[in-house]
Amino acid sequence: MMDVLHWDGTLSAKDFRIGAFAFAQKWESRNLAFPPWSWLPCPKHPWLAPPKEEGYLSLEKICISRPNEEEDIDQISQIETGEEETCCSGNEDVLDDATLVQSNHHELHYCDFQIVYSSTFRVPVLYFRAYCSDGRPLPLDEIEKELPACSSKELSKKKWTFITQEEHPYLKRPWYKLHPCGTAEWMKLLFLSDNANPKFEVVLELYLLSWFSVVGQVFGLRISFKISD
Amino acid sequence: MEAPKYVWEGAIPLQIHLHESQVTTLPPPPPALILAPRIGYLPLLAPLIKPYFSSTLPPGVDTIWFDCNGLPLKWYIPTGVLFDLLCPEPERPWNITVHFRGYPGNVLIPCEGEDSVKWSFINSLKEAAYIMNGNCKNVMNMSQSDQLELWHSVMNGNLEAYQRVSSKLKLATVDDEYASLCLQKSQQSVIETDLPAQAKTGRVPVRLYVLSVSKDFDDLDEIPRVDSWEKISYINRPVEIRKEDKCFTLHDALKILLPELFLDESLMNVKLGGVDLEDAVRNSNEDVTSVKVVEDQGQNVCKQPEACRISSSAKIKLIRIQGIEPKLEIPFSWVANNLLNPDYFLHVCVCVKVAQ
Repeated sequence: MMDVLHWDGTLSAKDFRIGAFAFAQKWESRNLAFPPWSWLPCPKHPWLAPPKEEGYLSLEKICISRPNEEEDIDQISQIETGEEETCCSGNEDVLDDATLVQSNHHELHYCDFQIVYSSTFRVPVLYFRAYCSDGRPLPLDEIEKELPACSSKELSKKKWTFITQEEHPYLKRPWYKLHPCGTAEWMKLLFLSDNANPKFEVVLELYLLSWFSVVGQVFGLRISFKISD
Repeated sequence: MEAPKYVWEGAIPLQIHLHESQVTTLPPPPPALILAPRIGYLPLLAPLIKPYFSSTLPPGVDTIWFDCNGLPLKWYIPTGVLFDLLCPEPERPWNITVHFRGYPGNVLIPCEGEDSVKWSFINSLKEAAYIMNGNCKNVMNMSQSDQLELWHSVMNGNLEAYQRVSSKLKLATVDDEYASLCLQKSQQSVIETDLPAQAKTGRVPVRLYVLSVSKDFDDLDEIPRVDSWEKISYINRPVEIRKEDKCFTLHDALKILLPELFLDESLMNVKLGGVDLEDAVRNSNEDVTSVKVVEDQGQNVCKQPEACRISSSAKIKLIRIQGIEPKLEIPFSWVANNLLNPDYFLHVCVCVKVAQ
């Protein structure tokens, strides 16, 4: 098995599938207020049934509207010991449509997320699109208003390099994506910064969860966990 | 003349009609005749096209877009590739329709003019750099002036300027040990120079466009018009040249990109009509990479692959790169190093006949 010290932070397509299933499982088991991810097959050719091994993860209609301009949406998560752990400011609001307080008829904005494997960069890529409750698509500048302050700053600094709009590789409609060119590097750092030298199988189990804990923050979605679990 | 020069000089004659919904004068304006560079992108032609139609356009904001027989054209695909894909029987001039209103935002990603095209190009270049070098630092760290110079060289079709700036990127060239060995053998002496060792890569950036048709055909003009992008599969996947003791061919590359079509390896005996690059050039002064396969005693334009039962349900009918139909046995490294677009991607169009 590969030694993490010599690992370049990337995944093979096969590993992505394993990692995706592990991620979906952990996500569901943490009782997050989010619905579970679905695994959908990648349609390759119109005249062939999609190969079972190639697929992507999909999560739909996540509310990204922030009830309060100052606070990020924090997510209560449970680690294996069953203790409750909250992130940063001690804000215990659970992201839940039913209890979300709407201030001043603030229209709710939703986001669909997809985690797609890139054979170029050999890492997962986050695709997203946002829309209003009536289905009207949201352009990037309106999505930006929903993002935490640090994300919008990044966005304005390098608009074209951070988030790009392109055609979804399978759904063939315009989607936005977080550019993946740095992913392998910071994924490797993420796993090496911990003094433990985990086996690759462990890395694979946790790859997507760690990855999402970073990219999800662009949208103010925080999930907490410890690699040493 | 070197192949890249041919590629850069390749152009498609376009006959551009203004969409009837936007014609406000009688008689309607005649179509614009424009020579579009193969390696360019349609929205970049806006400054050339607008003067033809500005007096007849209704007032309002202009967002240019094109369609071919009703199919909205994806602006981020190079013009030559669109032509090769949508016009298997090359139509000269190529008739397309221009619109300045009613941008189909649900089908086409937005295009805010030259800037959008430039960033799409730079992002593709970044991706290609990542594939060849393992990182895209060289593109990310390009100075503003270099970036602009590179982009302008593409817009203006200036190969010299392009090569000057792109060589600074130190993008690896595609290596094929076997092919270079053969080349060395054929040369009497190989002179060592003081040039720094050129970085080599075995990974080739490829964008494959597959048009599937359900009915077999003898002539290219029997291929039905493409009315939906659903009929076209897009595969954006690097091809790794395997270092074996034989030449890695275009055929080998296709086997990697379209494994579904090569299920029955033992029946491999595919031959497609190929055209010598030199002949192609001598035949045309406009579209340099003219595709007409040498008509052999009045036979059909496209020779059907013989014994091409690659798989019982599907077979490759046509392969086009920069307007050329290369033979399958051609060394893939040559194709990758010579027929690439300025974004360092090899764009390959394939027509596949499938069982329906």
